[in-house]
Amino acid sequence: MSCLQTIQDYGLRSLGLGERLLPRDNFTLCDQFVLIGSGMVWNVYFGVCALIAGFFLATLVAVGKGARNPLLRKPSEWFILVFRGSPLFIQFFFAYFLFLDLKGISPIFDAFTAAWLGALIVLFLNTAAYSGEIFYGALRSIPKGDVEAADAYGFSGWPRFRRIVWPTMLRLAWPAYTNEAIFLFHATTLVFFSGFPAWQQRGDALYYANYFADKTFNPFIPYPILAGYFILLTLCVIGFFGLVNRRLNRHLPGEARRRLRLRPNLIR
Amino acid sequence: MACYLTTGKHMSLYWSFGTVLLLLAITAPTALVFGFGGAMAARSRILPLRWFGKVYIMLVRGVPDIAFFLFFVIALDQAFEWMRHQFLCPDWDAPIRQGNDFVVCAAAKLPLSTAPQWVHEVYGFFTAVLTFAIVFGAFAANVLYGAMRAVPRGQLETAEAYGMSRHQVNWRILIPQMWVYALPGLSNLWMVLIKATPLLFLLGVKDIVYWGRELGGTANPRFTDFPHGDWRMWYFLALLIFYLAFTRVSELFLERVMKRLTRGQATTGGEAQRRAGA
Repeated sequence: MSCLQTIQDYGLRSLGLGERLLPRDNFTLCDQFVLIGSGMVWNVYFGVCALIAGFFLATLVAVGKGARNPLLRKPSEWFILVFRGSPLFIQFFFAYFLFLDLKGISPIFDAFTAAWLGALIVLFLNTAAYSGEIFYGALRSIPKGDVEAADAYGFSGWPRFRRIVWPTMLRLAWPAYTNEAIFLFHATTLVFFSGFPAWQQRGDALYYANYFADKTFNPFIPYPILAGYFILLTLCVIGFFGLVNRRLNRHLPGEARRRLRLRPNLIR
Repeated sequence: MACYLTTGKHMSLYWSFGTVLLLLAITAPTALVFGFGGAMAARSRILPLRWFGKVYIMLVRGVPDIAFFLFFVIALDQAFEWMRHQFLCPDWDAPIRQGNDFVVCAAAKLPLSTAPQWVHEVYGFFTAVLTFAIVFGAFAANVLYGAMRAVPRGQLETAEAYGMSRHQVNWRILIPQMWVYALPGLSNLWMVLIKATPLLFLLGVKDIVYWGRELGGTANPRFTDFPHGDWRMWYFLALLIFYLAFTRVSELFLERVMKRLTRGQATTGGEAQRRAGA
């Protein structure tokens, strides 16, 4: 079987298209590359969706944590504490069994026990908490002069937030937020190893890599392939976030622009 | 209720909390040793050693850690068996990799197939600890490498001016001073390590996640005195709270350690303490 054939059969296997049965023996390098690559679809999906949705909630949480009213502040603080203080792995398990119980109450929750929605919600809340903390830190380090100048020009309320506070906050938080994004993508590999089942063997990249390692008993091929894919993904993320960073800092003189410095935090 | 919570299986659950603590207690120092070795290697003047140190640090950080956990457990196991195979059965001529199988002679199997159950469990735990130590060693190496570079250059130059050799500068000046700079990073790492312990489950150790799943599952009245529905949700809620409390306690503890260590140091933290005292 040629490699092109393999791509046709398994290129979108993780979405349930193409050949139904996974290869069982005589694994070629091509098989492994294609299947693990097709699993990456899920990693990208989880990462991108959680990141976009999480961004808005994170802004809300950050503003809430900075608010003076305890009715706004306390829930935000607890939200951040709970999601940053406990392992993501346990969160996945808890959410899965929670949804499973809710499913018994009402069929509305059917979709939530599937990974595409249930795990996405967990990742969304998790990343919102982590980036909320980052944004909160940035919010507190906005230069005093900026806000005073805005006051002097008669900005207040929403326009002041939208035009002055928010862009500055993003600009300050961006390097840390880039790291958060990278590690969110890494965290997506946990999904199919927690409670969420891979229905009809439609898993993510790590799921397939693990499948090959189990079948061939040789970890030295599938895991490096996976690592290669993830390094590529990380480079893409860095590239994209670098572009945004350039735009956020475009008003600053050349030397003052800080280059993105990557200080990845580790596991969640 | 008290009776339910003290069944034999629940006792195993409580013991597995001990497993987690034991893992933390063993891994933290081992990872520190690995990290120290890695950082020293990355600073070495010998080129291959330096490359090795840098690649070790870079690689583990660029890839999802869970992939490393899954990888190292098999790879380490095979490496040990391969070494024992070379050593114990030199006159074995069949290839080790036969297609999809990894075949070593019976004497080289680890643990021996005749060994009792607890040896298997201890061996599994041991590979898990080693895996954690390798992965977290890389993180620690990164922290320590940064800390070594943060020690003021003047200190080292002064030492050199006093005629100390490179070795002496390292051991008498650099290493005692770097810990203050390393501590924030290391305490952060400790938090991360706590949050990584549920991954033990993936390495095949019967830890709290395993028992939580086992015990919480629907209990059939035919097999147990305490039938109940699907309670896994509550078990995992308990685990969630356990981890939350654990991280909170260590956070408070590390804060105190940091306060103690910055006393008298030439950093902003130490300066602030001095002012507050004066």
